Amino acid sequence: MANTFEIKQTENPSMLEINFGPQHPSTHGVFRMNVMLEGEKVCALKPVMGYLHRNQEQIAENLPYAAIMPYTDRLDYINAMSNNFGYALAVEKLAGIEVPERAEYIRVIMAELTRIVNHMAVIGFLLNDLGAFFTPVLYAFREREKILDIFEEVSGSRMMCNYFRFGGVKRDLTAENLAAIGGIVAKLPAFLDEFEALLTKNEILCMRCQHVGVLPADFAINSSITGPVLRASGVNYDIRKVDGYSIYNRFDFKIPLGTKGDVYDRYYVRILEMRESLKILKQALSKIPQGEILNKKTLPLLKMPRNLKPSVGEAYARIESPKGELGYYLVSDGTPQPWRYHVRAPSLINLTVLEDICLGQKIADAIIILGSIDIVLGETDR
Amino acid sequence: MPLPIEEVKKELSTRLPDVKLRVVRDSLLIENPADLTRVALFLKESPAFRMDYLSSVTGADYLDHLESVYHLYSMEKKHGPIALRVRVPKTNAKIPSLVPVYRGAEYQEREAYDTFGILYEGHPDLRRLFMWEGFEGFPLRKDYEQEDTETLETADVAWLEARGIAVPNGMKQKAEELKAAGKRAVAQKPEKPKN
Repeated sequence: MANTFEIKQTENPSMLEINFGPQHPSTHGVFRMNVMLEGEKVCALKPVMGYLHRNQEQIAENLPYAAIMPYTDRLDYINAMSNNFGYALAVEKLAGIEVPERAEYIRVIMAELTRIVNHMAVIGFLLNDLGAFFTPVLYAFREREKILDIFEEVSGSRMMCNYFRFGGVKRDLTAENLAAIGGIVAKLPAFLDEFEALLTKNEILCMRCQHVGVLPADFAINSSITGPVLRASGVNYDIRKVDGYSIYNRFDFKIPLGTKGDVYDRYYVRILEMRESLKILKQALSKIPQGEILNKKTLPLLKMPRNLKPSVGEAYARIESPKGELGYYLVSDGTPQPWRYHVRAPSLINLTVLEDICLGQKIADAIIILGSIDIVLGETDR
Repeated sequence: MPLPIEEVKKELSTRLPDVKLRVVRDSLLIENPADLTRVALFLKESPAFRMDYLSSVTGADYLDHLESVYHLYSMEKKHGPIALRVRVPKTNAKIPSLVPVYRGAEYQEREAYDTFGILYEGHPDLRRLFMWEGFEGFPLRKDYEQEDTETLETADVAWLEARGIAVPNGMKQKAEELKAAGKRAVAQKPEKPKN
């Protein structure tokens, strides 16, 4: 392996080069960091990606548009529904397909449930990294499991949902489904209160997380950081509000912001975001209308997916996925396959600042900083 | 809130009169790649635009040329996107790097270099991102020929046999034939599916 560092160990004998991953449990997958340490202090850090690279973009360029949908599930495999959402929006923009009202509501419900699932997993694993081994994560996963049961009921799969279609969704929500979601929404605040009572003012958590991995706001913007990591630094930028894609501009919700941009703020912003998602869910459940769940014009495409040939052009659609801005860039040449399919992956781009915010910190803190950035390697490596 | 591309072009051509611009599919094509940094810096600093956030950088292969596409948004003014594109010939694919202006371009430019072979000049650390060092070719180019995973080459046979793995005679023979013909084991491309 070529040496990726400018500082050589031989120049400073007290320096130690450590290879972290790709099999280390704290790297949340097959992520690797080359770390240069002086004592316990991080002097340099280089991420190495590509251990889960499948070249999804090339695979997608040889498939009809509809057949790419299941591949998007496998990008960020915790948030299959949001990935579907972004891709469906991009194709709808490219081909000019409209979505019926009820389907929009179902999409928003699913996307917000996914956000709760993701944030629960992130906070659980962050606590794992802090040394609270598996108790918080299992508390969170107990609730996450109830949401995954709903996903299984509506889409047939817990994680690889493949639920969105161009111009709507695959299956309607029954009255029982809606009641089950309503039940979850009613019970979750009590769980969050319990979870927070254990964590938010916990002395160990505060001492480990406050003033660690501080990310200044202007630096975050310049480095294209998005999602909860950006908002923890105090930048008010949420694509649900800015673009108001789908029907998000009809809901009343706030954007939680941090003040310092440290690991603690990133933790707390996610807790608050879950509460805001519950607000959106409550409004969506009370307002969801009856009606079509799929645009009638796209019905023939379900049986003949190769007939979807958008006219020559391109589209860039982005959504606020739980990890940040998830963008899809599609170029059509008028054939059933896209000429170019590109995913703007928040997991990859949020890593840009990893080295900068880890410098000068202890190696144990570098692990929680990585945990607080929240990456999923399926999306980082694609 | 999207920005009308014609107005952006008008504003740009009054402020930067020597930059040649063309509107291509709701985006601005910068005819001379060397002007890219100047245009990006202007859009970032100008009080009318304040495009402080580079959302996406990616490449595309259009057979006779390569293209790099940039999507800029403004976090301060909450508007956008302005899409910029730059075209370069395949043989000499050099584009100035935007890392000095937007640090967020770092990994995305490395990715475009890795998959398309676009050389971003001035990038602080232009290495392959997903593929390993020493990987040949750029997999997202349309003329990329994929290795045939079912056919062995002589080097593969030697590697397997050195580890005590028996290789069928037929495969060995085929590997020898390939080597004699001076060819690599390249997968047959499927015929273009009929529309």
